[in-house]
Amino acid sequence: MAEDKLKPQELLDLNHKPPAKNWMDTLPVFRRGTFNYAAVEKNAAYLGLPYPRKWQPMDEDWQLPENWKEIILNGFKERLDKYRSLRIFMDICVRCGACADKCHYFLGSGDPKNMPVLRAELLRSVYRNDFTTAGKIMGRFAGARELTVDVLKEWFYYFFQCTECRRCSIFCPYGIDTAEITMMARELLNLVGLNIDWIVTPAANCFRTGNHLGIQPHGFQDSVDFAVDDLADITGIKIDAPVNRKGAEILFVVPSADYFADPHYYGFLGYMALFHEIGLDYTFSSYASEGGNFGLFHSTETMKRLNAKIYAEAKRLGVKWILGGECGHMWRVLHQYMDTMNGPADFLEEPVSPITGTKFDNTKSTKMVHICEFTADLIKNGKLNLDKSRNDQWRVTFHDSCNPARAMGLIEEPRYVIRNTCNNFFEMPENTIREQTFCCGSGAGLGTDENFEMRMRGGLPRANAVKYVHEKHDVNLLTCICAIDKATLTPLMEFWVPEVSVGAVHELVGNALIMKGEKPDRTDLRGQAFVGRKPQKQEKVEEVKNV
Amino acid sequence: MRGLYSLFLLLFLICLAFIGAYVLEFHLLMGVIIPYFAFAVFAVGIIYRVIKWARSPVPFRIPTTCGQQKSLSWIKTDNLESPYNIFGVIGRMLLEILVFRSLFRNTKSELKDGKLVYGQNIWLWLSGLAFHWTFLIIVLRHLRFFTEPVIFFVPYIQNLDGLLEIGLPVLYITDVIFLVAIGYLFLRRVAIAQVRYISLESDYFPLFLIFTIGLTGVLMRYFTAFKVNIIDIKTLAMGLVNFNPVVPAGIGWLFYLHLFLVSTLLFYFPMSKLMHMGGVFLSPTRNLVNNSRARRHINPWDYPVKVHTYQEYEDEFRELMREAGMPLEKE
Repeated sequence: MAEDKLKPQELLDLNHKPPAKNWMDTLPVFRRGTFNYAAVEKNAAYLGLPYPRKWQPMDEDWQLPENWKEIILNGFKERLDKYRSLRIFMDICVRCGACADKCHYFLGSGDPKNMPVLRAELLRSVYRNDFTTAGKIMGRFAGARELTVDVLKEWFYYFFQCTECRRCSIFCPYGIDTAEITMMARELLNLVGLNIDWIVTPAANCFRTGNHLGIQPHGFQDSVDFAVDDLADITGIKIDAPVNRKGAEILFVVPSADYFADPHYYGFLGYMALFHEIGLDYTFSSYASEGGNFGLFHSTETMKRLNAKIYAEAKRLGVKWILGGECGHMWRVLHQYMDTMNGPADFLEEPVSPITGTKFDNTKSTKMVHICEFTADLIKNGKLNLDKSRNDQWRVTFHDSCNPARAMGLIEEPRYVIRNTCNNFFEMPENTIREQTFCCGSGAGLGTDENFEMRMRGGLPRANAVKYVHEKHDVNLLTCICAIDKATLTPLMEFWVPEVSVGAVHELVGNALIMKGEKPDRTDLRGQAFVGRKPQKQEKVEEVKNV
Repeated sequence: MRGLYSLFLLLFLICLAFIGAYVLEFHLLMGVIIPYFAFAVFAVGIIYRVIKWARSPVPFRIPTTCGQQKSLSWIKTDNLESPYNIFGVIGRMLLEILVFRSLFRNTKSELKDGKLVYGQNIWLWLSGLAFHWTFLIIVLRHLRFFTEPVIFFVPYIQNLDGLLEIGLPVLYITDVIFLVAIGYLFLRRVAIAQVRYISLESDYFPLFLIFTIGLTGVLMRYFTAFKVNIIDIKTLAMGLVNFNPVVPAGIGWLFYLHLFLVSTLLFYFPMSKLMHMGGVFLSPTRNLVNNSRARRHINPWDYPVKVHTYQEYEDEFRELMREAGMPLEKE
């Protein structure tokens, strides 16, 4: 695999100086390690997407439909009429360059077309050529160029090299949001059957089985049962974790990685321990067993099709409101799109914490609460018995996931939870956290093995900041509240800062939580003895670290 | 080299104005017809563009949040960076429009020995702010030509602007700052490799044009060799405003050049990136309230999509679910 060959030092030989040649005259090179494979035909067909076929980006001939150009330009026109954002973002950029060095992909690759302004210009140049008078008359003088197969290939390369993290957007004097531009460009590419597999296949799986790995209902039940058993081994308490139970008060939706991937799973155990301890009346759903929405990376329509399950299931099960787990882009969809797309949720009640009585007024229309909001409220009201020293094995830092930070403003809630569940918390440098947080480099469907080099490049700014706190404060745990982060920061840390592990915020909660009736020799959620209590269990620590 | 074509275009326009005003003495054309035409294009063009933007709906509420949301009552909310009500949005937009809030955040990143370091970088913000504000003040000062009696605030602006009391006529500080700021904006476009790479001809042209407008203005005001007859200019300006145009003889050709370039700017404005002046107000990532979970936002073109229902799901997996002991709708 690529990761065996690649060395960090090789990637640091970086040049941020652009070449002399005009960017309109350079073509993308589909170099291994820097792009994603095309969507598998049968999954594209399952979702009913246009022009499913066998092709790969490195092929010379992409087997485009005969009238591809007409399709794209019509699609462009349609979106200009449907989205004010697109029309304005096409028109008003002054190319001041404030965004240029804000993109993690530009910082990590030095490729000038990864400057957000140029990424957008790839689309804008065609917009000017076909939709503006100035561009039609003055052509290249006005920054216009014709849409050709090469331009289309360039779109594919660079719009699947943007993680829709919105970091550039906060620096733009007009709030031009590259995520929005990338979403539009991907929709256009999709119209002629150009998409990547790590978006289409998870979306197809989600559509059919409810979660992106295609786990069928009995498999989901197994995963939950397995977690119940694990938690019993760890704490000595056999908890109840209902699935598809009608009449529960709360439907709990997590990103599917939480119940089968490492280190997400420890956070999953954390939620379950927490809910047991406070006696929450909740249920999981196998049909809506994925909050994460790969449709967001594909098209508005696919996003809506996948997201529809959450409200449909809440209605079928007759719950009062919905609680959502730790996930980044999932929360972009839940916070900014769900109510508009699939609401109104008038069959639900305005969320009230059954434990503290707190009304979550900020969610009174969507009726969906973020787990960090929920837990922060429990802690604030003194409902949890927490022993911070149970996380003394960790020196913790926190990575703000892009979407909770820049599309929700969920910034203090997770910090409050972390500060109350561990003794050693250190922030990374100011320019790399909160609204200025750096992406993991693998979001928006780009977290594949074949794209490994680009991911390590894109993750460089994040890893660099982690390295800083690791060297300065001996930090050894990078916590986050996003499933893609947990999956991809792990190899990123192995590559750049191998001394640092990745964990969930609710793993810290589960560790610190003193549960009624727990066994005296209970361990943390990774099976490690708490620091300073049972040193004889040390071997098990090593075992877990080697996984 | 990019920028060169823009320079040629500008020189061509200057020649045109020179021939029109000095050689051919088409003063009616230069002083009345072209300015009227340019202003009409400007006004109609801007309205057309804004209507075109406004006709595209905002289907989703997509603000970029740069601060803490409103959630639990005891968590301090940042209403300016993550507005939860209309006052927050107004505040956020005012900060953005009056002091370029987002640009102030600008950082400069550098890779040193494998480490990325970020530093404050205020120059773009400072020069941008200086340019826009002085431009505005200069435009307001010009109202003394277009109002009779002169509108009340103009003398205050003039006094404040000439506070240094250097030279005669008194030097306006804004004139200096304006030319320096625009000069810096040009220099950074050429000197910073990344900015040079992204720059289009249409980025250079307005810089050259506006600089030359400023320069011709400064020449007329401060240098005896280029002095023009202010009284006559006022007569011309008032004639334009009152739709009763008169063309006094003896206004120097430099004034016609100045006016011609201003007309060019007005004409060019609606079809260029200069429309950011209007667009900044309409940007959906900045002018929306971050309350999408508290209040439902309506998408006017929402349409039903094909979903995979629970019934279809259970139909496919019923046996497996039964074996796993999971609850079923249809036994």
